[in-house]
Amino acid sequence: MATAAESLSRAASRTRTRSARDPRSGRLALVFTGPFFVLFVAFLFWPVVSALWTSFFDDSLVGSATWAGLDNYRELVEDPNFWAAMWHTALFTILSVPPLVLLALGLALLVSRVTRMQWLFRLAFFAPYVLPVSVVVLIWNWMYQPGFGLINSYLTSLGFAEVNWLGQPGVAMVSAVIVTVWWTLGFNFVLFLAGLQEIPRELYEAAATDGAKPGQQLRRITLPLLSSTTLLVTTLQIIHSLKIFDQIYLLQLGTPGPENSTRVAIQYIYEAGFTQYRIGYASAMSFVFFLVIIAVALISMRLVRRAGTKTVVSP
Amino acid sequence: MTTIVARRAASGLVEGPGRGRGWVRPLIYAVLVTLSLIWIVPILWAVATSLKPDAETTIAPVSWRGSTATLDAYRVALEQGNILKWYFNSLVTASVITAGTVVTASMAAFAFSRMRFQGRGLMQWMLLAGLIVPFQALIVPLFMQMKAFGLADSYWGIILPQLASPIAVLVYKRAFDAVPRELEESALVDGASMWRVYRLIWMPLSRATTAAVAIFTFVIAWNNFFWPFVVTSAGTLFTIPVGLATVQTSYGALYAQQMALAVLGALPLLIAFVLFQRQIVQGIANTGLKG
Repeated sequence: MATAAESLSRAASRTRTRSARDPRSGRLALVFTGPFFVLFVAFLFWPVVSALWTSFFDDSLVGSATWAGLDNYRELVEDPNFWAAMWHTALFTILSVPPLVLLALGLALLVSRVTRMQWLFRLAFFAPYVLPVSVVVLIWNWMYQPGFGLINSYLTSLGFAEVNWLGQPGVAMVSAVIVTVWWTLGFNFVLFLAGLQEIPRELYEAAATDGAKPGQQLRRITLPLLSSTTLLVTTLQIIHSLKIFDQIYLLQLGTPGPENSTRVAIQYIYEAGFTQYRIGYASAMSFVFFLVIIAVALISMRLVRRAGTKTVVSP
Repeated sequence: MTTIVARRAASGLVEGPGRGRGWVRPLIYAVLVTLSLIWIVPILWAVATSLKPDAETTIAPVSWRGSTATLDAYRVALEQGNILKWYFNSLVTASVITAGTVVTASMAAFAFSRMRFQGRGLMQWMLLAGLIVPFQALIVPLFMQMKAFGLADSYWGIILPQLASPIAVLVYKRAFDAVPRELEESALVDGASMWRVYRLIWMPLSRATTAAVAIFTFVIAWNNFFWPFVVTSAGTLFTIPVGLATVQTSYGALYAQQMALAVLGALPLLIAFVLFQRQIVQGIANTGLKG
């Protein structure tokens, strides 16, 4: 934290450099920011504009596009497959966010309490996160196999019935959630560990001196001070889960899953664009889905910011 | 004094030997050891399977050890498969993306941190907006754009859309903001140009940030599945994630070979992770927490 005097002198020097360099700064800044912003506009900003524009056309990969007005949007509202896909995305989010946040929090709390072998636990929980999705799916497809797959073998040897992990509606979605938890939990776990390290140790010492029990310390110190991290992790996880595609698509070998039960929003957009070549319709869906994600992101960012100001405590 | 120590010890949260009640600590260790074992079972099972003769992988009841340990599956996978080509494609694209991201992001961050110019506010606002733009939702317009540029099915088609990283700019900006101005002032007084100041003072000073950004960018680019999958159709351009995605359908029930390929696909990043654990973890804590 900078002291007031420091920031004052810094502000002073800033005005000095500004007046000293103003004439050249403009063009120079353009040189420095140029490469980044050209790429930024071309590959992040323009696709948004282009999605919106194309969504007003009846456009396919072959032939010329004809103006369609709001037809694509009208079709989308009445398309049961679109809403089913949106629901599958929502379902995946509802099922995956709680374990990915709570399990990561629990593990981080436990790991932060041990002194020995901490690196080993960190390695075990985080290692899957660095694997490419195709490796993850290859391994889990093998784990999930009926008959000689590891999970079903253990289930039957313990006297349980086999589970059709990938081929049964309802179960297939849960299987994708399990894979996702195993694969990406390490990311949230690391964020929680970092958050825990920022809590000043003196608080616990003071609380212990006052006779606070571990449970009380957890409820009164750790969780409140960690709440901005928790909100942030939850936000990032919701947005991430909404963007589900890779692992679910690969686990089902590119199909919409048993009884179309695992086709998620991005998968439906992908199919409309790249297997049916309906670029205009795919763009309309892209744009709607884009707005949903932006809305969720903005709402949760506001929540995070509010929580952030609430939990600022001076030790 | 002794009472304080005793109380601290009772709290179970203060560092030191007597920490935790007698049974709490062993319990925590037991839970953690169990869970971390469960966590690595899939990886161990993949390795175990890859070392069996292919005929023995589908025998019930399952066993962790085959009659002999053999590297046959690896030999066949390396000889018959295209994994070496995929390694090469991943290495080329991820390296160019990493270098490009480091250069463009650090330059932009330098301007944001050290210069006042028109449009700075607008650009910073766009930067923040860029953080939440969902790349995956824009895959169709992005593909059409690359096709129009004639860049579909090319290295540049894979690389270009992955170069602009708003998060990398913000991470650099935070690092640059923390450097005292006096260094730069004296260099400027000596007549050095801003370009030299960036190259000879700021970049060397931010070596740790560059390491974190570079490693993190490399891992993400190496692992990116969706974009390379969409933009490439020629097998000769497949990266590791895209190539390995074809294994499940093309290898059928040859599980030893499937797992050998999975292990080969996992190996480079697992090694990188063990080597650069600190930077990767720090990169996540930085980008996730404060970005």
